[in-house]
This record gives sequence, C-alpha cells and structure tokens, in this order.
Amino acid sequence: MVLRLIERTAVLLASLAVSSVLVFAFMAILPGDPARVALGVNASDEAVAELRRQFGLDRPLTTQYFEWLGGLVRGDFGTSYVSKAAIGPQIFDRFQVTLWLVVAGMVVALVVAAPAGTVMAARHRKVSGLALSAVSQLGVAVPAFLAGILLIMVFAVKLGWLPANGWTPPAQDPAMFLKQLVMPALSLGLVQGAVLTRYVRSAVLEVLREDYLRTARAKGLRPFPALWRHGVRNAAVPVVTVLGLQLATLLIGAVVVERVFVIPGLGSLLLDGVSNRDLLLVQDVVMVLVIAVLLVNFLVDLLYVALDPRLRVGSR
Amino acid sequence: MSDVLSVRGLTVTVRDKTLVSDVDLTVGPGERVGLIGESGSGKSLTALSVLGLLPEDVVAAGSVQLTGVDHELIGADERRMSRVRGRHLAMVFQEPMTALNPTMRVGDQIAEAMLIHRTVPGRRAARAAAVELLGRVQLPRETMRAYPHQLSGGQRQRIVLALALANDPALLICDEPTTALDVTVQALVLDLIVKGVVARSSALLFITHDLAVVATVCERVLVMYGGRVVESGPVEEVFTRPRHRYTEGLLAASDLETNERRLTTIPGNVPPAGQFPSGCVFRNRCRHATDVCSTAPSWTGTASTGFACHHPAEVTTHA
Ligand SMILES: Nc1ncnc2c1ncn2[C@@H]1O[C@H](COP(=O)(O)OP(=O)(O)O)[C@@H](O)[C@H]1O
Ligand code: SF4
Ligand SMILES: [Mg+2]
Repeated sequence: MVLRLIERTAVLLASLAVSSVLVFAFMAILPGDPARVALGVNASDEAVAELRRQFGLDRPLTTQYFEWLGGLVRGDFGTSYVSKAAIGPQIFDRFQVTLWLVVAGMVVALVVAAPAGTVMAARHRKVSGLALSAVSQLGVAVPAFLAGILLIMVFAVKLGWLPANGWTPPAQDPAMFLKQLVMPALSLGLVQGAVLTRYVRSAVLEVLREDYLRTARAKGLRPFPALWRHGVRNAAVPVVTVLGLQLATLLIGAVVVERVFVIPGLGSLLLDGVSNRDLLLVQDVVMVLVIAVLLVNFLVDLLYVALDPRLRVGSR
Repeated sequence: MSDVLSVRGLTVTVRDKTLVSDVDLTVGPGERVGLIGESGSGKSLTALSVLGLLPEDVVAAGSVQLTGVDHELIGADERRMSRVRGRHLAMVFQEPMTALNPTMRVGDQIAEAMLIHRTVPGRRAARAAAVELLGRVQLPRETMRAYPHQLSGGQRQRIVLALALANDPALLICDEPTTALDVTVQALVLDLIVKGVVARSSALLFITHDLAVVATVCERVLVMYGGRVVESGPVEEVFTRPRHRYTEGLLAASDLETNERRLTTIPGNVPPAGQFPSGCVFRNRCRHATDVCSTAPSWTGTASTGFACHHPAEVTTHA
C-alpha cells in the first residue's frame, strides 16, 4: 500500500514536471514575442521593450521557466501582461465555478449510467434492455454544446422553466445557483452518462457471470440484492478507470459549455485569454487543467486500491 | 414424505436440446447419497435444478420437493426460492478460487449467510457464530479478517463449506468439492464435509466422478450417464456388483480394487449434449450392445435400487 503510494506519487510528480516543460515550451515556440502579442501590432518598439523588461521576458528561457515553475509551486501564477492583474486569484475564482460544473456533470453522468447500465446488463436479452441500449447509442453521438443548445431551446425558450444562461454563486442565492446549474450540468453529463452507461453495462454483465454472484444467490440473496452487495464494488473497478478519463473529457467539455451558458469558469477565462492575447494567462490556465487531470488520475489509482483488496501490496 | 429431498421426473432442456431426462432421486434424512458419472453426464445441471439456479435459457421441468418447504421448488418464484436457498438447502461448488467475493472479508461473507435468513439476532451474534463456524472447519479466528486472495484453495473451500452449513440446512449439495484441490488437502475437506453434515444431521447429495471418494463418503449412490440415472443402490452393492454396463465400465476404469484393471477405460468419449444415441444412451460405447438396445431399457428393481439395461452384468461376476 505504502509502496504503491510512493510509486504513484513519484509518477505524479514526474508527469507534472514533464507537462510543465511541455506547456512552457509550447507557449515559448509560438511565433511572436509575448510582449508584442500582448500590446498589438501598433505598439511602439519602446513600449514593447519596456513590457519585456517589466515582466522579465528579456531573460533566458530557462530562467523564465524556473521562475514560472517556482511561482506555480508557491501558488503564484504571475501577472497578466495585458491586464497587469494577478492571475492566481482569477484562476482560483474561476476554478471553483468549473469545479461545480464538472462535479455536477459527473453526478448527472453517474445518476444516468449506474441504473441504466445495470438494467441494460440485467435485461440484456429483453426489450427494455435493448431499447435502453439504443437510446444510449444515440446519446453518445450528441456533442455537449448541441445538447446544451437543445436544452436551452426547450426548457428556457419554449417552456420558460429555467434561465437560459448565467451564473450565481451558491452562497449568494442557492436556489438560483441550482436553477442555473441544471442545464449546463445536463448538457455536460448526459453525453458522458451515455458513454459511461455502456461501460457500466459491460462491467455488470461481467460480474453477473461471476461464480461469487452464484454463491450469493445460493446463500439466499435475490438477484438484485446479490448484485448490489457483491457486484457493485467489483464492477466499480473498471468503471472508475473510465470515470477518471471522463473527468478529463468533462473539463474540456466545460470550456465549451461555459461559453454556451455564459458561465464565468476556467473555460471562459481560457477563451478570454486567447482572444485578449494574454499568453501567460492562457499558459497558466492550460497548466491548471493539466494538473487537474493528472491529479484525478492519481486519485483514481488510489481508489482502485481502496476498491480491490488484491491490489494492496503486502497483504498477501 | 419422509425423504429430505424428492426429485421426480426431472427433465432439463435448453432450447430444443434435452440435457437431463426423467431423473428420479431421493435423499433420506441424514443420508449421504453420491451422484457419479463422467463429465458431461448432467450431474451439475441436476444439482442446479434443485437449487433453482440454472444458467440462462436452461429450463427444468418435473418435481422437486424438500422437507420443511411446503411448496414445489421447480417453477417457484425468486421470492420463495430465496427463502429456501441457504436456509433449507445449501451448496458447495466445484471451484473454490472464484466462489467467494474478492472484495469482501471472509468473515463478513460467512456472517451474511446468517443475517440474510435472520437465524441469528444481529451482527454481533452473526460474527460470533462465524468465528465458531470457522473453528469447525479448522480455521483460526484471524481468518475472519482475511480476503479470499490471501487464502489457499483448500482454505477457501472450507470457508464455502462453513457458510453453506451456517444455517443447518436440511440438505447440503456438494458438486465436485475437492476436484479443484491439491490431493494433500482433499482428505481434510472431505472429512470436514462429512463431520459437518453428521453434526447437523443434514442430508448430503455428493457429486463427483471420483468413485473412491464416493466409497468413503456415501451410503447410497446414483450413476448418471447421458442425462439419465442408469443405476442406483447402496454403495457397497453397486460398487461390488454393478449391473448396468456403464457402471461396470466406470468401476473397471477407476481401479477401485485391482491394479490389473488400471488401463481399462470405457471406449470413446461422452458425446456432447443432444448427440447421445436413441434407446440406451450408452449403446455407442457399450461392448454388450445388441439390436434391442436401440429401444430404451426400462428400470429393473425398486425405486432406490435398480438399473436400466437390456443385458445387465451377471450378479455373480464381481462378487
Ligand atoms: N447452459 C448450457 N447450455 C447448453 N448446454 C449446457 C449448458 N450447461 C450444461 N450443458 C451441457 O449439459 C451437459 C451436462 O452438463 P453438466 O450437468 O455440467 O455435466 P456434469 O456436471 O455431469 O459434468 C453437458 O453436455 C453440457 O455441455
Ligand atoms: S442397454 Fe444395451 S447398450 Fe445399454 S448398457 Fe445395457 S447392454 Fe449396453
Ligand atoms: Mg459438473
């Protein structure tokens, strides 16, 4: 257990280091000088030179990299070349918004996939199971932004049940927060839910064939309780893998969905950064997204160990 | 209805194929009955029919009655069957390596058997009882906290036995319980099975293809081939004076008594389900077959002792 933790932590740190180099290098090799990009083509050479000095862009790239990395480690994301505002607090605020969105999307996906996949597996020979399969196939093919637009058309425009867009922090007005969260969460989560459903289905099908499930039935458990008590944890192992991958997809999906629903999250921040040519901001946001994905994978790995005692090193 | 288990006219089919035909079988109170035959004879399907846990698409017809249960088991719904399984009727399966949930502690899996049927007042009592059951199968109380992967095959099979016996079932069915185990632990597991059923006066239906095991464990035996019971009777009688030619062949091949017979085997293989000959199912492998064997031989003898063969072995040949 401890060994695995150390090993996984080492892998995490190495991946973080490598990806920070990649992100930094990618931004550095982009044609054009960040100061020039930030100020625009019409800026005078003096102004550009001044900005370069001000932000240390005249120093060697390695120095700049370690400066940037050191800042990240301390939680200091630097200062925007464009707005001259500190980037850290913006990312922090926006990240919370995106986190709500991703978590809500995940919840939607799970709430859809867990029962639907289980029913599909349990009734894989019956009409109800096949019908569900067809619906999920359809769901997989719908992109999140399209789902979002369809939802807006139905629930905001036609029925007027929900606000078409916007964002209210939960502390300010919980009811409004939830109302506004519903549609973005659905458009993110339904599609992922459709994908996840198929993994849940195959995981449950697998478990249903296991001998220990027959043992559970032979003990006197009815089919559903047997699956619940003895199947869920076993089926969860492969599903958690997919869930980890999907979190990454959800983060990316959030970028788009935030646009559709006018939500001030990381995605909007990133797109704003791109359109304002705020390179450091873009670099920081991308790095934060990468860190989030890597951390999720790390946690998924630990979750395996919690789920499956066979993976606990030293337990033999 | 003094029998613990009474199976009448059991027929098992899958789509158009018949896998088990017209099996009659009884097990008396505290009796230990063996069910033998080569692999593919229909032994497991017979056991699973009694338990009501046949695989998908496989259907049983006929009658199965169990003492203490006031309804027919064949065709009973899940609600009723779930009250019977694990309570009046329990089963130990062939493969101990996969029979236990890998993500649940062994102690919880044993305790659950009692909690499901509320045969103990609560969790604490269930755990205490589980520790005691572990002791009965000679495993230390620390085993409670173990996960299955930390145990050997023999230890796991003892756990399965412990949880099968947890509610003192009227009938225990063991389907090749030692086949997957090391020879060194087979004797111990067999001994624990017999001790376990004797201590509870439970009846035992013991399935195996190992005749030596039947000889040590069982009092009565049924010989199955091609989905039918071809011979039955007291173990001593059937093993010393087999009448059906299939039983005769099995005994010759098993080398139960003499070494000269070591190389004798039944010619050919067990056909796949649905491809047994008409009439006597054994006739394509039988050295004694004649034209009359293309008609199904009728049962000779009593319900509990008899055989179905047109040209039975002479009673004197093996005595
Ligand atoms: N689910 C199934 N579908 C079709 N045939 C099956 C199924 N289960 C078992 N059989 C066939 O039924 C026959 C008897 O099987 P089984 O009862 O397992 O034999 P035994 O336990 O005596 O070895 C075999 O020929 C086997 O292939
Ligand atoms: S009935 Fe005929 S074929 Fe069948 S076992 Fe007897 S002698 Fe052989
Ligand atoms: Mg079998």
